[in-house]
Parts: sequence; C-alpha cells; structure tokens
Amino acid sequence: MRGSGTATTCKRGLQIQELAQQIVSGLATGSIFASLALALVMIYRSMDVINFAQGDMAMFTTFIAWQLMAQGMPLWAAFLLTIVISFVGSVVLERTVIRPIERAPQLTVVIVTLGLLILANGLAGFIWGYEVKSFPSPFPTTPIHVGGAAFSAQDLGVIGVSLGALVVFYLFLARTKLGLAMRAAALYPSESRVLGVPHGWMLALGWGFASVIGTISGLMVAPIVFLEPNMMQGIVVYAFAAAVLGGIDSPVGAVVGGLILGVVLNLLGNYVEFIGTDLRLPVAFAIIVGVLVVRPSGIFGSRKLTRV
Amino acid sequence: MTATRVPVVNIIYFALAALVVAVVPWLLPAYISFELAYAGAYAIAILGLLILTGCNGQISLGHGAFMAIGGYGVAIAVTRAGWPPEAAMLVAAVVCAVFGALVGIVALRLSGAYLALATFALAVSVAPLLKRFKDWTGGAQGLTLPTAHAPGPLAGVLDSERWLYYETWLLAGVLFALSWFALQGRLGRALRALRDNEIAAVSFGINPYFYKSLAFAWSAAYAGIAGALIASATAYVSPDTYALQLSITLLIGGVLGGLGSMWGAVIGGLVVEFLPLWTQAISQGASSMIYGISLIVVMIAMPGGIAGAIQRVVHTIIRPRRRGTPERLQS
Amino acid sequence: MTDIRRLVVRATVPIVALAMVAGSFSSVSADAEPGVTPTEVLLGGTHPYSGPASAYGVIGKSIAAYFAYVNDKGGVNGRKITYKDQDDAYNPAQTVQLVKGLVEQDKVFALFNTLGTACNLSIRQYLNDQKIPQLFVSTGATTWGTDYAKYPWTLGFNLDYQAEAIIFGKSIAAHQPNAKIAVLYQNDDFGQDYLTGLKKGLGAKASQIVKAASYEVTDPDVRSQMAALQGSGADTLLIAATPKFAIGAMATLGQLSWKPTTYLTNVSASQTMMAAASKSGGDAATEGIISDFYTMDPTNAELQNTPGIKLYKEILAKYGQGLDPNNGFVLYGMAAAYTMVDALQKAGKDLTREKLMDASLHLTEKNPFLWPGVELTTSPTDHFTIREEQLVKYDKGAWVPTGSILDARK
Repeated sequence: MRGSGTATTCKRGLQIQELAQQIVSGLATGSIFASLALALVMIYRSMDVINFAQGDMAMFTTFIAWQLMAQGMPLWAAFLLTIVISFVGSVVLERTVIRPIERAPQLTVVIVTLGLLILANGLAGFIWGYEVKSFPSPFPTTPIHVGGAAFSAQDLGVIGVSLGALVVFYLFLARTKLGLAMRAAALYPSESRVLGVPHGWMLALGWGFASVIGTISGLMVAPIVFLEPNMMQGIVVYAFAAAVLGGIDSPVGAVVGGLILGVVLNLLGNYVEFIGTDLRLPVAFAIIVGVLVVRPSGIFGSRKLTRV
Repeated sequence: MTATRVPVVNIIYFALAALVVAVVPWLLPAYISFELAYAGAYAIAILGLLILTGCNGQISLGHGAFMAIGGYGVAIAVTRAGWPPEAAMLVAAVVCAVFGALVGIVALRLSGAYLALATFALAVSVAPLLKRFKDWTGGAQGLTLPTAHAPGPLAGVLDSERWLYYETWLLAGVLFALSWFALQGRLGRALRALRDNEIAAVSFGINPYFYKSLAFAWSAAYAGIAGALIASATAYVSPDTYALQLSITLLIGGVLGGLGSMWGAVIGGLVVEFLPLWTQAISQGASSMIYGISLIVVMIAMPGGIAGAIQRVVHTIIRPRRRGTPERLQS
Repeated sequence: MTDIRRLVVRATVPIVALAMVAGSFSSVSADAEPGVTPTEVLLGGTHPYSGPASAYGVIGKSIAAYFAYVNDKGGVNGRKITYKDQDDAYNPAQTVQLVKGLVEQDKVFALFNTLGTACNLSIRQYLNDQKIPQLFVSTGATTWGTDYAKYPWTLGFNLDYQAEAIIFGKSIAAHQPNAKIAVLYQNDDFGQDYLTGLKKGLGAKASQIVKAASYEVTDPDVRSQMAALQGSGADTLLIAATPKFAIGAMATLGQLSWKPTTYLTNVSASQTMMAAASKSGGDAATEGIISDFYTMDPTNAELQNTPGIKLYKEILAKYGQGLDPNNGFVLYGMAAAYTMVDALQKAGKDLTREKLMDASLHLTEKNPFLWPGVELTTSPTDHFTIREEQLVKYDKGAWVPTGSILDARK
C-alpha cells in the first residue's frame, strides 16, 4: 500500500513509539522479577539452595501489611512494621525449621522449602481468602509520558527500589564486617567456625535479609499484580530464570537478568509473529538455556573450579 | 544395596511385594485399585528420577514434560490414528528416550541450580506448546480417550479399574526389576561414580557424555510410560493435567520416598497419590497447610526419605550388633 | 540417629499405614437408588479449593450455605440435602479420581456444579456411561449444550462464553458498523470461546478484528499486550479476562490514555473489581465500559431492595460465615443451588436418577438470584440452561442497565 510520505513517517513514528513502550514496560516488569531474584540470590549465597518459598513468604508478609493497613495503620508505618516482622519471623523460621536440616542433602532442604511454599499459600488463603484485593502503592500512579512511551512513577519506583536494594546488598556483603562473616560462613564453613563465626546465626541472618528483600518485592509488586495468595507464583518462575541467567550467586546478575528477561519477553511476544504472546515464555527459557550452554554459570556467576 | 548384600533377601522382598500387589484389588473397592494405579504410574516416573538424581546426581525439575509427551503421544495415537494404547505407549517411551537424550546432551555442562532451571524450562513449556498446536492436541480442551478396558478374554474377569491397576503394577514390576539389575552392574557403578566424583570417574575411563545422557534418556522413557498410563487411566488429557505442579510433585515424591532405594520410588508414588486425599479427608479448609506441614515434618525427621528411615530401622532390628557401620544409602 | 528420631520414624510408618487403610473405608449404606434415603439425598461436587483457580472455591461454600438454609426449612420433599464437595485443585486427573470415589464409595445420587471445563470433560464420559446426572456444571463452555445428544446426562448452567460474546458482537455490528476491534483474551478455553463467539456475533464484520492478543494466567501483567493492542489502531476493545487481569487491563487503559469503546466479560464486572480498576487507572479508565449480567451483582445499589438480594443477604448472615457478600461468585453459587433444589423438587418424592434428569430438562424457572427478567429454561433438546443477559454500562461509578434483556439465540 503506497501512502504519502507523511503517512508512512506517521506509521513509522507510531511503530517506534510502540517499541519504546514495549521496552519501557519490559523494564518495569523485569524489575519486578529482579527484586524477587535478589532475594533468591541472597539465600543461595548463604545456603547453596534455591528457596522456592521466597515468593510465597513475600506474599504472606504483604498480606500482613494489608491487614495492618486495614486496621487503620498508615502506609509507611505498616510497611516498616511488616519488614521487621518479616525479618524476625524468617530468622525464627530458620532457627526452628531449617536448622535441623542444615547439613542434610540439598534436595531435602529443597523439599522443605516447597513445604513452606505450600504452607504459606494455604495459610494465606485460609486467613484472607482467595479474592483479589487492591493494594495501595507507595508511589504515585500518575502516568508519565516520555517520547510517546507511557509508564508511571510507580514503575520508576520499582526499578529504583530494586537497584537500591542491589546496591545495599552489595555494599553490605562486600564492605561490612557482618557481610564478610556471612560470606565466610557460606563459603568456608569449617574454617570460619574455627575463627569464631557462628555458622548457624549467619544462616539465620541470611534468611532474615533475604526475607526482607522478598517482602519489599511483594510490597512493590502487589499494587501491580493485585493481592491474592497466588500472586507471586507466576513471578517466582521468572525470578528463578532471571537469577540463574544472571548467575545464581551474583546479585548484579539477578537485576540484570531480570531486566533483560522483561524486555526480551515483550519483544519476543510482540515482534516475532510465529512466537506471539503465548510462546514467549518457552522461547525465552530456551534462549536462557542457550546462554547457559555457552556460559554454564550464567552471565555474572562465579565459575566453580574443582581441584583434582 | 551394596555388592556385598545377599540377593536372596531382595528376592524375598520382591516376592512378598508381588503377592501383596496381586491380592490387594480383591480386598479393596474398585476405585481404590484405580487410585493405586495412579500411584503405580507415579512410582514408575519417580523410579526414573531415582536413576537420574539419586544414582547419577543430576537434578530435574522437568520430568512432567516427559510425562506429557507420553500421555499426549498415546492420546493422539489412539484418537487420531486408532492405535491400541499399549503400542502407543511403547512408541511414546522411545520418543521420550530420544528427547531425553537430547535434553541430557544440552545439560551436560550444567549442574545444580543451572541444571534445575534448564529442566524447569521444559516443565513450563508444556502447556503453551500444547495449546499452540491445537490441531494435534485439542488445545485447551484436550483429548478424550476411550475408557480403558481389559483385552478380550480378561474383560469378563477384570473391570476397567482393576485392569488398569494390574497393567500398571505389572509394568512397574518389570521396570523395577530391570532397573535393579542394570544398576547393580557396570551401568550403575558408572552412574554412581559420575555422581560421586566426576573427574575421578572420567580419569578411570568412564565416558560422562554417554552415561549422563543415558541417565536422562532412561529416566525420560520411564516418565513417558508413566504419563501414558495416567492418560489411559484418566481417559482424558489436557494441558492442566501436565501443569508445572507435576514436575515438582514428582521431585517431592522422590525425595520424600527416598532417592537412595528403589522402595523409595514405590513409597514416593503412594505418597504423591494419597497424601492430598488424606489431607482433604482430615480437613477440607486446611488441607494445603497440612500437606505443607507434612512435607516439612517428614523431611526433618527423615532427611534420607521414608525408605531410608525404614531401612535404618530394619538394619537396627536385623543387625543390632553392627555398631559403627557407616550406613550408606545406595541402590 | 538419635533415639527420638528413631521413635518418630518407628511410629510414623504404622500410623501412616493405618491411616491409609482407615481413610479408604468410610462408607454410606447403599439403597435401591444410590445416595437417596427417605430423609436424605447425597450430592457430590468438585471445586478448586487450592491451586491456581482457588478463587472459585467460594462457590462450593456458597452452595453449602444455601443447602443449609433449605434443610432448615424442611429440605426438599422431606429430604435433607448433603453436598459432599471436594478439592480437585483444577487438575482433571484429580477430578476423575475424586468423582470415582464419590460415585463408588460415597454412592452419591448425582454430581452437581463440578467446576472447570477440562475437569468436567474428564468425567463426562464416565458419568454418562454410568447414567449419573452431571448437573449444572460450573463452566461456560458451549459443549454442554451442543453435544447433548452424545452426553444426555450432562447439563450446563452458566450463560456460555460464546453466547455472551455473540451478543457483544451483534451489538458492535449494529451500533459501530465501522469499528476496528481489538481483543484481549485469556489463552484457554474461556478466552478462546469468547473470541469465537465474537466472530460469530460480528458475522461478516469479523474481518474488522484488527488484533487479538492473548495472555497466560502465569503472566505478571498484561501491559505488553495492551500496548500492542493500542498500537493496532483499534477503537473498540473486548476484554475477555478473569478478574486479576481484567482489572490490570482497565488500569492500563488509563495509563496509556487509550479510550476505546470497551466491552468486558461479566466474570470480571463486579462492582468491587470496577472500583479496584478505577483506583489504579483513574475514573476515566472505567467510564463507559459495557458489560452484562445474568446473575445479580450483589454490590449494585439499585438491586439492594429486590427479594433476591434480600434473601441472599439473609442466608449469608445465618449460614454463610466467612463468605463475603460482595463477591459475585458467592451469589452465583446460590443461584446454581436454587436451580438444583428446584430440579429436586420437581423430580418428586419418588426420587430416581432418571426422574431427576427429566425434571432438570423441563425447567422454566424464576430464579430470584438471576438478574430481573433473565429466565432459565431447559428442554430435552435445549441443554443451554441460561441464554439471556442484561447489557449494562458503567456510568459514574455504577452499572446502569441499557436496553432490554437480550437472548443469544436470537
């Protein structure tokens, strides 16, 4: 169809606008994955285990925040209190439930995390029901238009908080004494014990911090995906993929992986006719596996060197 | 089961088990035989995981995908090409083995969380692919199979449920026996060697590419057979039947049952089938919570799985004087 | 292994074995007609109380509340209704096993309001072979109505998805003949049926659908799809989505500053959902959206004085602890339960499965829980139980009826 010059430039303009839109919303969705992926990486660095329950634990604490606000507590107070509850609760959880199996085979721990997932999900459904609930956002939802792409301050907020959490996480592990102790406990358990590092408590702290990151993720995500017991289950799938893509022990990788995944999903879904929105998940995962074949430890993951 | 154990004990166990299996359907109502058929199918799939994960140390979060191939393979062959389900099941097993080998090759350099994700990719891809190729698979509405019935002369004796039960457990018996022999010998030793110390194994001349892919192919074939059996039992396949949950459930069953012993696979199959039904019977509203708590409690009490714990109990009863013997869980 | 652990292990195995044997043996005494005694009739059902579709679990509880109310008034023809409802987690393999248990162990008289298209498909052959009524299934697939000759014992209840979309399609063809139409749909039988129905309703104008974008229930949001739909240049939008995603879609309309003429499926049209969408996307996002109702919306201000809503709230107050009266699924459950009781009533004192099936296929019912004017009729050749709806438009924060009751058959 031959149109006039202006018509084709108009169409081209619309296409670029839409592309920008897809990339921007991809980054926004990707930052949701990134925030939960960070929590997964935190636990992995402590225990060499993927805590599949992370998402549902985050969901549960988000419900607690919802309940607090329903009783009349203002938003920031509820968020703060929830984070504290999340930290303490998680430490207690680790000391009671995980401690007996600290030295058990990895798979045993995985099953326990799955049990926690099912328990958290069932408990949340039991207490609060399965109906979808609105959740207030700490950021304003007013739309912002930049060059035709529309997003909201909320999206910027989610990206910002994820990046902020990454920086705090990184600095904490790399620059503080406690972070050093935690790293030592994870990588060199026997040696660090000899040096007086309380291994068990380092693990508990790892769980606590991971839980805080997860809770923050839940609090940011709930306004977007709406609060209900299954809200994190879809996200965990992507967060897991993002964390592994970026390197399961790399916090930077988690964030980068999440953002890349969000954008790739949108581009695959909208610009490749054959794939469409229904096959974008399998194709994205296939691409990630492809990356892993070339780089078996993910993009930023540390490579394990075995000594013979 | 190390090489020093007397095989006669195993024969006795197996014979006892066979006796129980043969007699149970006549003592219990037909629908329980039906449920036990499902348990048997899960046991076969979990046996596959035992070989891959327990014996060879490779984790898989994607075996539900192989079950889907098996199930849909049979469904498509039966409904669109008129094949008998048993023939379709055999072909499906072969297809799964080939596909499993491919997956194994891709996964050769991966381990731990990375391998877990690569196999997870399979599990999440099942539903979208099934829905996309709806001309073959019936899409979201799935395919209905004819109700399973016993062949010709047996049809008068066995109703549909009991026939499914015997078909499943007979097949399970054969597959378990076959696996036991294979794992006792060179094949099993190679797999275990690769699990325990890959570099040492390679330096002994064990080809990791071959054995690791073989473990995947073998376990995939078993999962395919299990999927085919479930498709026959349900007489219906749909993407919801092979959802992500299934792969996770198989893993739960395997670890709960115990990946160190073949009985673990049987127990795992029974647990996977009956635990949800029991938790519902206890309390409709709290069934998920009870299920979750059960997983946690059992794993804390028995980190080596239920079979592992039973084995220890049996060892302490049968050989009370052997103190200080390191108890290794191997099959 | 420590002594305590050994004790736990030794205790667990026999306890588990005992539980298994015990759990498998609780039976109900069998009568000439299974599930029926002079004082009781036993119905069976499956709903997803856990898993991805758990939001629909409340339907089963709502049915239980209604049956409790009926039982307190003396039951039906002197019999109390017992409803054994089980959790199949939306997994058809699970549904088959549970239904076999209900039929063979519990000896239920009939199956009522089993939920889910795939789940019902998986048990349909078995129930029809056994000649057991599979009544008022909780799904809007068209197959219950179209395939009745092959499966005479199966009967639907919901206004089927295609019918709703057909009405939308006809409305578009009549009022917006040059519309460029975009569709957001859930990638399963529910969403796909909508798309099919829309095309049927549009008839020759089906080619005016410029873009259809699907989403999976595992997707975190539908923003990408909405952006693509906006990019197609459409001026009309059909949202065939379940509540979580419908709310997200409407909120995104606000964000993208896109104002197409929007049609919304009734599944996601309750007042609470619209309020959530307005909150996220602004009032402009939801203003003017068109939907339909066949069951009443319990949050609709105009309907609060109807006998149906009054009865609904009374029953919930007394028998429905923990159920949220504002939840449209709860009202739906009661509407279905009303029809079940109606059918049992008409089947008479001498209750057999054939008679129940016959009564169910000769219903002309004035169900108080259906939108005023919507009728429920069945006949041996018409297994489409409900085929009427009322179109509504969202005007300044409330649904306002537009036009008369429409029938999808016409």
